[in-house]
Amino acid sequence: MTSRFEPPTTDASDPFWAATREQRYVVQWCTTCALPIFYPREVCPACLSAGALEWRESSGRGTVYAVSVQHRPANPTMADRVPYAVALVEVDAGGGTGDRAGATIRVMSNIVGTDPLAVKVGDEVSVGWEPLSDGRNLAVFAPAPKRA
Amino acid sequence: MRGNAAIVGVTDAVSPTGELELTGRALEAQMVRDVLDDAGLSLSDIDGVCHHGSSLQFAEYLGITPTFTDSTNTGGSVFEVYLEHAAAAINAGLAECVLVVFAQTPRAGRTAAKRRGESPPQRGRPMMPGPNPMAEWEVPYGLQGPVGSYALAASRHMAEYGTTPEQLATIAVKTREWASLNPRAKSRDPLTVDDVLASDMVASPLHKLDCCLVTDGAGAFIVTSAERARSLRRPPVYVLGAATAHDHMMISQMPDLTTTPGAISGPKAFAMAGIKAADVDVLMGYDSFTITQLLHFEDLGFCAKGEGGPFVESTDIGPGGALPTNTNGGGLSYTHPGMYGMFLIVEAVRQLRGDCGERQVDGAEIAVAHGSGMVLSCMSTSVLGTEATL
Repeated sequence: MTSRFEPPTTDASDPFWAATREQRYVVQWCTTCALPIFYPREVCPACLSAGALEWRESSGRGTVYAVSVQHRPANPTMADRVPYAVALVEVDAGGGTGDRAGATIRVMSNIVGTDPLAVKVGDEVSVGWEPLSDGRNLAVFAPAPKRA
Repeated sequence: MRGNAAIVGVTDAVSPTGELELTGRALEAQMVRDVLDDAGLSLSDIDGVCHHGSSLQFAEYLGITPTFTDSTNTGGSVFEVYLEHAAAAINAGLAECVLVVFAQTPRAGRTAAKRRGESPPQRGRPMMPGPNPMAEWEVPYGLQGPVGSYALAASRHMAEYGTTPEQLATIAVKTREWASLNPRAKSRDPLTVDDVLASDMVASPLHKLDCCLVTDGAGAFIVTSAERARSLRRPPVYVLGAATAHDHMMISQMPDLTTTPGAISGPKAFAMAGIKAADVDVLMGYDSFTITQLLHFEDLGFCAKGEGGPFVESTDIGPGGALPTNTNGGGLSYTHPGMYGMFLIVEAVRQLRGDCGERQVDGAEIAVAHGSGMVLSCMSTSVLGTEATL
């Protein structure tokens, strides 16, 4: 397939992209506010502090919040993928077993590895990776294996 | 602020082919001549300028020296924002006569590029200065802009509330009925729900006929004090209420895809005007897509959240109906040059003046122009009324 548009990075998001090189999905948190933050920021948008930011590992599992199948490519790099599903996915924010166990962040992605026309709001998905040219990986999602 | 400022001049330029001959400053200058003529004012009366590009460049071009200036850019809702700012500025004594001008010619631009042997300007996401989270977190996934963002909102609304493609299509059909009464509208042929559903799927669940037109277009309006307005040529249309709210820039950051910031701006503007939804005679809602207008019905309080689908089935929003909506034919069938909010205000004023001919809503006293900017990002609500509503 044609290579995708490659996302730029910022100082704030470098740890996210570094983790994708190892195919790990990490989420920024403010420990003071017990708040997952997306997209990554220089400061917590609730308390405006830079001092309590940390990164936590997500399970990579998520739920489709909204989905739209693109029947025309948004740009030439996507032309050979039509039709493809673009979704907003609520991804486990890595809140662990405590008070914030169910916390999620909402991110845009593609749902791959299935018929795009069959993707529905509420579907359970899990993260997969598509390589970018510089060793980073782009997070995409596929239908999750059924839980035991 | 209620009733202290009034719109005293309006004009717009559209074309049945969707393409205008004039472009750029030449087209803007034509709009300025026309709007001054409509108001019975001259250029030397203008002491405030609003322009979504650069108010400095625009004023320089026409030799205007304004003491109130505004180049806010919230996308297509910015003309409602300018009206709010102009009314506030006039109320505070910062200016007396504020000119708002707009011209955008995507079609003529392509034709002109072809004539010069250049490659046509690429359509794409607006270039934003500074950090660009959209390039980092959205663009790699290939969501078509802007339709894909609205499609995601429609997807969520359908999943959460059971809204159907037929209900969305009903909005396009009713809006087309208005366009059939407007000789200046681009698309006037009768339309059925089946036509909408049979048109190409662009970004599910939105079909081609769920989407607005892409045309050239231009317009202008002038706002002045209520006192001065009464001495001018045409019946003043008073600003009874105005409010703006925004809660995201890109769709993946929208807090709830089924509720727009119109749920804040609408009630605030209605409260300033002292009206309820039931008092609205004409609703001009920014219909970039059918889902956009459906969300407006809910967020402005014409029905409860989630009930926009059943609402458009039970309430006639077309000619002769209970809630005349987008009486010019809307962005769906009249014109849509990219930033459509100008035309909401122009049509609202024409309805309140009684200038609308075959599509005139009898006895219209209160009209609402509700702009939507970017991807459901910035909503701005203007409540307008005749002398009788003061």
